[in-house]
Amino acid sequence: MTSSPEIKAKRPLSPHLQVYKPQMTSVLSIFHRMTGVALAIGTLMVAWWLIAAATSESAYNTAQSFASNPIGTLMIFGWSVALFYHLSNGVRHLFWDMGYLFKIESAYKAGYLVLLSTVLLTAGAWYLALAN
Amino acid sequence: MKLKWNNDPMKSPLGRARGLGSAKEGANHWMSQRITAIANIPLVLWLVFSIVSLKGASHAQFTDWLAHPLNAILMILFIISTFYHAKLGSQVVTEDYIHNEGLKFVKLIAQKLFFFGLGIACIFSILKIAL
Repeated sequence: MTSSPEIKAKRPLSPHLQVYKPQMTSVLSIFHRMTGVALAIGTLMVAWWLIAAATSESAYNTAQSFASNPIGTLMIFGWSVALFYHLSNGVRHLFWDMGYLFKIESAYKAGYLVLLSTVLLTAGAWYLALAN
Repeated sequence: MKLKWNNDPMKSPLGRARGLGSAKEGANHWMSQRITAIANIPLVLWLVFSIVSLKGASHAQFTDWLAHPLNAILMILFIISTFYHAKLGSQVVTEDYIHNEGLKFVKLIAQKLFFFGLGIACIFSILKIAL
């Protein structure tokens, strides 16, 4: 079906994302996607680490020195936050899949629990890494 | 951009609609995403713990660690489960946000090849160190 531009212009549009007030539930949902995409890109770092170790000692040392320089460490810190968030919120998703936490109140409570869990897991992992 | 087969003037409306419906693999995609998600939970926690304890490890220390069968097996399982999960997730993101049919087509294939190729490279590297 073809339509002229004039007819198309008169059609009502569904509200765009920017019309809605950001809510905790919707913000956590978009965070889940964003962290997922970041982690998908992070597979490159995992691959670099493994391939370098299989290639040679000097290739491994290059990867290690990248990981321990400030930019590399910052990137790994970002990936660790994304990982723990995606992990925690993924568990929340699995509860939804089993039919729990659908009430608005419990969806919010679980959302705050996800944020708390992200902070605690990130802090715990970096505490162990730095104390080690 | 419209793909060639979408605006063929010689096609009847029924002909156009055929093959454009459900690909009948949605349930499998959904279930695979959940199963890999469940597998990822212990695998990711194991990897985080391992990375923390391997911090600053020399090449010899790292390859010794990965040569242990348990570590090599868990690492291969981690690669398969997370890379497959990433492939499934990024496919949905592309389908939702890329509206240009041609670009979507190319991006979906590129993502599949990316995760498959990178995953195989990782598994080969693990085996080379472990065997």
